[in-house]
Amino acid sequence: MSAAGDWRLRVEALDKTFTLHLQGGLRIPVLRGEALTVRAGECVVLAGPSGAGKSTLLRCLAGNYGACGGRILVREEDGSATDLAAAGAREVARLRRHVIGYVSQFLRVIPRVPALDIVAEPMVARGVARDAAREAAARMMHRLNLPGRLHGLPPATFSGGEQQRVNLARGFGAGHPLLLLDEPTASLDAGNRAVVIELIQEAKARGAAIVGIFHDAEVRDAVADRLHDISPLPDAA
Amino acid sequence: MSGAPGFSYAYLDEGTKRMLRRTLLKAVAIPGHQVPFGAREMPLPYGWGTGGIQVTAAVIGPSDVLKVIDQGSDDTTNAVSIRRFFQRVAGVAVTERTTEATIIQTRHRIPETPLTEGQILVYQVPMPEPLSRLEPRLAETRRLHALADYGLMQVRLYEDIVTHGAIATAYNYPVIVDGRYLMSPSPIPAFDNPKMHRMPALQLFGAGREKKIYAVPPYTDVVSLDFEDHPFRPIRAPHACALCGATDSYLDEVLTDDAGGRMFACSDTDYCATRQAARKAAE
Amino acid sequence: MSAPLLAAEGLTLRFGAIPALLGVSLEIHPGEVVAIVGESGSGKTTLLRVLSGQVAPQSGRVLYRGQDIAAMGEPALRRLMRSEWGYVHQNPRDGLRMSVSAGGNVGERLMASGARHYGNIRAAAAEWLARVEIEPARMDDLPRGFSGGMQQRLQIARTLVTHPALVFMDEPTGGLDVSVQARLLDLIRGLVADLGLAVLLVTHDIAAARLLAGRILVMRRGEVVEQGLTDRVLDDPQHPYTQLLVSSVLAA
Repeated sequence: MSAAGDWRLRVEALDKTFTLHLQGGLRIPVLRGEALTVRAGECVVLAGPSGAGKSTLLRCLAGNYGACGGRILVREEDGSATDLAAAGAREVARLRRHVIGYVSQFLRVIPRVPALDIVAEPMVARGVARDAAREAAARMMHRLNLPGRLHGLPPATFSGGEQQRVNLARGFGAGHPLLLLDEPTASLDAGNRAVVIELIQEAKARGAAIVGIFHDAEVRDAVADRLHDISPLPDAA
Repeated sequence: MSGAPGFSYAYLDEGTKRMLRRTLLKAVAIPGHQVPFGAREMPLPYGWGTGGIQVTAAVIGPSDVLKVIDQGSDDTTNAVSIRRFFQRVAGVAVTERTTEATIIQTRHRIPETPLTEGQILVYQVPMPEPLSRLEPRLAETRRLHALADYGLMQVRLYEDIVTHGAIATAYNYPVIVDGRYLMSPSPIPAFDNPKMHRMPALQLFGAGREKKIYAVPPYTDVVSLDFEDHPFRPIRAPHACALCGATDSYLDEVLTDDAGGRMFACSDTDYCATRQAARKAAE
Repeated sequence: MSAPLLAAEGLTLRFGAIPALLGVSLEIHPGEVVAIVGESGSGKTTLLRVLSGQVAPQSGRVLYRGQDIAAMGEPALRRLMRSEWGYVHQNPRDGLRMSVSAGGNVGERLMASGARHYGNIRAAAAEWLARVEIEPARMDDLPRGFSGGMQQRLQIARTLVTHPALVFMDEPTGGLDVSVQARLLDLIRGLVADLGLAVLLVTHDIAAARLLAGRILVMRRGEVVEQGLTDRVLDDPQHPYTQLLVSSVLAA
């Protein structure tokens, strides 16, 4: 059982280089020797100029991009640690269900599925009964100012801001111990930004470790415990 | 008749009879399973009972008494021809009385009078494969039989109920023999199917054109396919025989004039005649 | 971790000089959806047919629940195909009986497994037709009169009625109009999730793979060039061919 303050995420010597075979094998190194530790209850914000590799790092932490070298150690609630970079596909899938929550910038819209079910789905995947998951989903959606009349509709016709709030409800609803947030407030107004700040603080309070990219200075200042700088690598020779 | 050089009892040479008997043994050992055999040319065309004749010729002996019926009647052209044929080549006694016969060759009916142990019923079969309309490939039907994969036939019955509200198969109604093989009982009316179940007599089936023989040994289970909520029911015209008054026999509809007049009479002529004689004696 | 439902080891099959499969191995676990993508000639359909026991490989083996399917014998394999397995053909006419009513098509597997109550069979058929969004009132109609999309949905109902554990799907949306494809894909997605089906999905449609599959295998000329989590393989492709495939997909 890990206590608050124990590390949740430990990145060691992480390398990521893209090889573009369609451009004659052009190699683009983005991360080299990246190291980062995040504790339970802590929110680390990735900072750096555009194109420096913040999103790339986040996607490596989500298992969306593969690591070329190094380790990404993820610690579960029972204290056991797994190296995400070396884990097989099914292991990564399991970690995503139970440990790592990823809120991307844009909602991936599945046609014909009501917003409520999209939000409830990660909870159901973690074993919550569908009815209970739907109720929790509805509460979360109300917090993010998504009125009841939208819950039963597929989000394809929602505005960008509404879609993003569905995405946020989905991401925060399941209570993952490690939360990765990529520009969570990009299309939100001040009121909803405040809700997101609350959600992040509640997550920290329950012991979640958070890694985020925020361009909005106000939100960043409200939630960050520290900044982690990422500088662009010098161009490959 | 016998003993003359070049003469073979009951028309078939000994080699053919041996082949047929081996086939019959195998058929009896696997109730309902179609066994291929080397059908010979017989002195009547395909479709006229060559299979039945070959089976009868293989089992008949000088002490047998033969009855031949065609749609229940002893006196149609075909029945008469076949009966005369065996009188000539086997020298057997013939009869029209079901109770007196040891071998009964039949086309399209089972006699109304219950058969007994020691009797043999030989059916003439045009198409031995019960699945032939549903699955035209014989190689595939062989596989289906081997795997007892009979869902297709059940589907056909389902479709009948969908289209007609009831299973509409009036004759050649498919049966399961000894809980294993799906069998075509030959084009006997569905009404006759229950007679096959645990019949004390030996039932042999010969298909000459398709070159298949199958059999149902005495006292074997023969169950007509159905659904639990649409059980099999033997169907007959809801009349009494105009000649003998029977209400439990299969009836033929006979047109009596050109004005549409008709009457119903027992298809089994021996059964009807026996009943009429009994009635007369009782008066 | 649970044991794999189906495991293939080193499958190799050549049609003369043409390599259809070269040392292909894969696993699928209960409830998993695995997509096999590739262009024509990649061997993906051959792979599906080998995995479902329709074609024997020249070397390698396929294990279902730990048992070698080559050693099972045809009766056991056919029983499997009728009950625990399902196979959805690209052309629905290959997977349907066109002269049997829609209800009869759906009920056939039930009847083949011993169902003998007409009313119950009909009720199950009606339920499944509704589930694949076919009006139950069309139960007694022949599939001949159905549109391509409806025929495909009927084939899916017919396959899923016995709650198979593993379903093989061969380009289930091939040949259908785009709008029809979307609806069908979503239907499949929902049914797979509701029933916890394991699905081996062969497709050339990468978007369909992304929507439906948790893992993906990329095939080229009989070989698996890359495999892994779907979003990883599609967002961070490593192999040159995978990069080519992904970059070739036109975004709407």
